[in-house]
Amino acid sequence: MRGATALGLVATLVLGACATSPSSSPTPITSSAPLVGSITVFAGSSLTDAFKNAGTEITKTNPDARFTFNFGSSSTLATQITNGAPADVFASADDANMQKIVDAKLTDGAAAPFVSNRLQIAVAPGNPRRIAGLTDLARPDVVLVLAAPTVPAGKYALEALTKAGVAAKPVSQEVDVRAVLNKVSLGEADAGIVYVTDVRSAPGRVTGVDIPEQQQVIARYPIAVVTDSKNTRLARGFVDYLLSPAGQSVLAEFGFSKP
Amino acid sequence: MRSERPPNLFAFLAAVGVAFFVLPLVGLLYRAPWETALGDLTTPEALTALRLSFVVSLAATALALLLGVPLAWVYARVAFRGRDIVRALTTLPMILPPVVGGVALLFAFGRRGLFGQALDTMFGIRLPFTTAGAILAATFVAMPFLVLTVEAGLRSMDRRYEDAARTLGASRWLVFRRVTLPLIAPSVFAGAVLCWARALGEFGATITFAGNLPGTTQTLPLAVYIALETRPEVAIMLSLVLLAVSLAILVAMRDRYLRAF
Repeated sequence: MRGATALGLVATLVLGACATSPSSSPTPITSSAPLVGSITVFAGSSLTDAFKNAGTEITKTNPDARFTFNFGSSSTLATQITNGAPADVFASADDANMQKIVDAKLTDGAAAPFVSNRLQIAVAPGNPRRIAGLTDLARPDVVLVLAAPTVPAGKYALEALTKAGVAAKPVSQEVDVRAVLNKVSLGEADAGIVYVTDVRSAPGRVTGVDIPEQQQVIARYPIAVVTDSKNTRLARGFVDYLLSPAGQSVLAEFGFSKP
Repeated sequence: MRSERPPNLFAFLAAVGVAFFVLPLVGLLYRAPWETALGDLTTPEALTALRLSFVVSLAATALALLLGVPLAWVYARVAFRGRDIVRALTTLPMILPPVVGGVALLFAFGRRGLFGQALDTMFGIRLPFTTAGAILAATFVAMPFLVLTVEAGLRSMDRRYEDAARTLGASRWLVFRRVTLPLIAPSVFAGAVLCWARALGEFGATITFAGNLPGTTQTLPLAVYIALETRPEVAIMLSLVLLAVSLAILVAMRDRYLRAF
């Protein structure tokens, strides 16, 4: 399946760029020449595994393309970019942080939603504390960790808890969602609210407990090319790949849903 | 000290060196929102972090004094096999990335850690996510400053005073208390102040081992990091507080106490 994905890449890149490019790029891809050079992609930490994989897939058909990734909380990354960090692409886990870049006039074209994600409760493997839902997170014997409210995952978690009418007190507000996952997989915390994709990235280390639809919060991820990118063609190529069917199927493998 | 005129090249490179350290501070001062300074510093989150940092850094210094002065005495006075290795081990946190220290603390004193598990099951003590955990993290990175300073003080003091007191029949404890301690007081003071300043600035080990919760483990540096994304003006003012305290300490100590290094 990966083989087919890789084979279809060049075609999709070209078609994707011409047909479904979400914005009018100043330098549209017009040739099918392979992508070359290197770019730095700033992405929310929940995208860690999926983006590394997407980068590898693109390099299979474009051996001279190089991707450097800077993963962190979308809020930290947005702050870094508005303060001049050399990013070529920014993928945020929420609209608010992308908006900071848009407001600072640092996006080349409009930001496009490229993927969505759902929340899940991460617990120790096998769920020894028998956590059945958000209500159990308020139990005094449950050590709960959330992402900081400044971070998208923390904001979404508070929204879900509010929807469920649960007043849970976390023992720590971690700097990004992967730090929440780590605290649970290390056994320091009994539960943490993370994305479905985070639970999926740690098989055997955590178990996921589903959150019912009426308490669920859907995270929509926008992506944009950053103005002043030194390699707009490769940056645009990376974004277009993610929007293409091939890219979408890579993202789906990691548990992400369509935007 | 004899003063002389530096060679031009040295003067230039020295000036570049100074600029390298001063420019970031100028940047911070330039961006500081002076009109709202007082309001930013008295926001509940800033006050909570200030109070907690005060408690954590002082407790860490107290713990470092309790364990560090005897440790320095052993290093300075007892010749034992492997002393250099042991000293290197206890100095390691000075150059180790604090995050690594935090991870190591988790594996030792975390809920699933080597000793943390026993602490939890036997005494019901859990250190991660507690103020005690933040104190432990701060002590881990800051205590070496005290130990090295005090050891240097002990090595450079005139031991004949101790010998004289001993021949006059004073017990070892009395000699330590009435002769040694007063003689090395400047070193102990300098070590404690350096240790306190380092504890005040601790970030990596704290956030890794103790987590981040306002009022419990969110010390000043953690509050700065979190506030930078939402309330940059609060972050800048808190940074300036840390900066002013650190600068005041270094200026006040000058060569007088820092000769130890």
